[in-house]
Amino acid sequence: MAFIIRRRESIILGAAAAAMAMGRAANAQSEIPKADVPAPKLPIEKGATLRLIRPARFVEPDEVIFRANSAKFAKETGVEVKVDFVGWEDIRQQTAVSANTGAGPDIVLGWAEDPHIYADKVLELSDVAEYLGKKYGGWMFLGEKFGKKAKTNNWIGLPMGGTGGPLVYRASALKEAGFDKVPTTLPDLLKLCQQLQKIKKPAGFALGNAVGDANGFANWMLWSHGGSLVDEDGKVIINSKETVNALNYVKELYPTFIPGTMSWNDISNNRAYASNELFFTANGVSMYFALKNDPATKAIADDTEHALLTQGVASSTPMSATVLNAMVFKHSKFPNAAKAYLTFMMEAEQYDPWLTGCLGYWAHPLNAYDKSKVWTSDPKIAIYRNTMNNRFWSGYKGPITQAAGTVAAEYILVQMFASVAAGQATPAEAAKEAERRTRRYYR
Amino acid sequence: MTVATMTDWNRTRIQQGWLARLFDNKAFLIFMCLLPAVGLLTVFLTYPLGLGIWLSFTDTKIGGTGKWIGIDNFEYLLEDPQFWTAVFYSVFYTSVATFGKFALGLWLALLLNRHLPMKNLLRAIILLPWIVPTVLSALAFWWIYDPQFSIISYLATDVIGIRDKPFDFLSTTWPARWSLIAANIWRGIPFVAISLLAGLQTISPSLYEAALLDGSTAWQRFRYITFPLLLPILAIVMTFSIIFTFTDFQLVYAITRGGPINSTHLMATLAFQRGIAGGELGEGAAIAVAMIPFLVFATLFSYFALARRKWQQGEAND
Repeated sequence: MAFIIRRRESIILGAAAAAMAMGRAANAQSEIPKADVPAPKLPIEKGATLRLIRPARFVEPDEVIFRANSAKFAKETGVEVKVDFVGWEDIRQQTAVSANTGAGPDIVLGWAEDPHIYADKVLELSDVAEYLGKKYGGWMFLGEKFGKKAKTNNWIGLPMGGTGGPLVYRASALKEAGFDKVPTTLPDLLKLCQQLQKIKKPAGFALGNAVGDANGFANWMLWSHGGSLVDEDGKVIINSKETVNALNYVKELYPTFIPGTMSWNDISNNRAYASNELFFTANGVSMYFALKNDPATKAIADDTEHALLTQGVASSTPMSATVLNAMVFKHSKFPNAAKAYLTFMMEAEQYDPWLTGCLGYWAHPLNAYDKSKVWTSDPKIAIYRNTMNNRFWSGYKGPITQAAGTVAAEYILVQMFASVAAGQATPAEAAKEAERRTRRYYR
Repeated sequence: MTVATMTDWNRTRIQQGWLARLFDNKAFLIFMCLLPAVGLLTVFLTYPLGLGIWLSFTDTKIGGTGKWIGIDNFEYLLEDPQFWTAVFYSVFYTSVATFGKFALGLWLALLLNRHLPMKNLLRAIILLPWIVPTVLSALAFWWIYDPQFSIISYLATDVIGIRDKPFDFLSTTWPARWSLIAANIWRGIPFVAISLLAGLQTISPSLYEAALLDGSTAWQRFRYITFPLLLPILAIVMTFSIIFTFTDFQLVYAITRGGPINSTHLMATLAFQRGIAGGELGEGAAIAVAMIPFLVFATLFSYFALARRKWQQGEAND
């Protein structure tokens, strides 16, 4: 899930994708099943205007279609919406400032935990969320998880999509290593990586300071061994025998990796994969499309397949998602207009072109969008369809708090694995250190 | 008669307005002239510094108001191995890089001080690494040190063929630390070299001529003329350089982000990582505050080095 390359890819994907998406929206609107549900009554305030901030685009259509949909809303309701695109690293801080000062944008499309951090400063969105849920076949697991306030039925966020990082690999390399498909057990996965190293077509997962990729790998390893950061009540339980098992496993797995993964950031695996140096990794859908749309790397894309992360002892694929979560601040002078706008953006006429234009990067949170044409447009991306149905989240199994975000931003789990892989700490020491650091934030 | 008329004449004193009298007051005038500078310093220096110190005693998070927790942040840092790694690396980075910059910078300045063809052009080129925005040069080094695409690895493995594996610049502790120091030295040399060159040019050639007549060797001329006369400027440039290096941020943040496994965090990058990326403003502020003693030490160094100058120039001792 490379944050940086996503934006760079916009240059590559650019116009072609936009044209494709727009064409599709005009000609072949997907058949999204809808239930007949009355929309919530939201009389729009007189003279309403809205300001919104959201993370910067990763592909051009993300911005183009989002703006087009907002303009359509303005045309239909007379409410001008000023949309500002903010860098991925900066939006959390801007949200914080806005929440504390009671000024700034009415709506923020922030990250997963944000509405929960400012739960007392955001409007309840239950009417909108319940209407959308009923109309579009219900909310998917992560949609509900990040939408509702912990242990209640009150919606404080409106998840608009999420992006996950399953396995991405070269089918030919796997075959050469003697495997037809990605193994389903962890010992076999280790064997596969050892084989890949032997045939000089190595695997590699980020263990450096890569917010998306490295945390994805660390969580995968932890969850697939049955470990977790905290329990249901937020008590830190990282120092467990499951964690030690996971650490021992990574200690064996790490030597099979391509050199340099300790210093990888989010962009590194994309680059190594695109230059035929890396053959087995995990990433968002963006990498595949970048390869596919560039004639120079088309051959690599043709040879690329996706697979779910190896489960281990977990009951489902141990993957979370980076969720785009919308919230409306109480300080907004036009709450109804804001809610109407979010409803409008989630309706099929607007949402499906956006989902399709983004090539499924922001996978949908509402079941009905399973039927979107984007998921059948290329069979290789079908695996991303269920991203929002993953049963894991950042800070699993605890409540959604700011602390979970801090643990990820501080790379606590990543560094736990990396220190064992580098031989700087024994598994027991590393687990204890991670426990010490995590406790600090869950105090 | 004329005398009488002259004594009768008296210049009438003009009664000055209160405003004019006020401005004639020396104390008031000094106050007024200082006000803009004091105002700017208060708003942009004292207030942020005070706020930083205040934050370091609270548990403020981004997006929340903190409460006073006394020295809890500092207590936590005292037993935080990452903090001590950052302190160690900050000191190590500063001392090694400063030494490197001065050794190479002085050498370069001595070379440039000679009569070379196209002297001015050469001097301009030397400044380039310093002129380029740090982030850009950091990105260039990031590519040079890349585990897969390093040009140095490429030359060594594919072109010359002396190695069969790429160099490991950034993925283990000590290579990563040395790589960053090398980048910092590269960037810092021009500043040192040009400043010292300016110092060299103030040394009167007659001193060298006299020394030559006395039959001095090149080393003696350097040791007894160049070095002592260069010392005052050397001390000032070194103080600046130590402060800049100690508070360096961009190079480290752009190349390693403090990795692998936190081994290359400087105190400045660790403060940013904890305070802004991690959202623990209070803790980040505490790390930043912990830098103050080191910087005060560097400033004192400058003060005493400057005090030596009088003595060197042969003025009265005080």
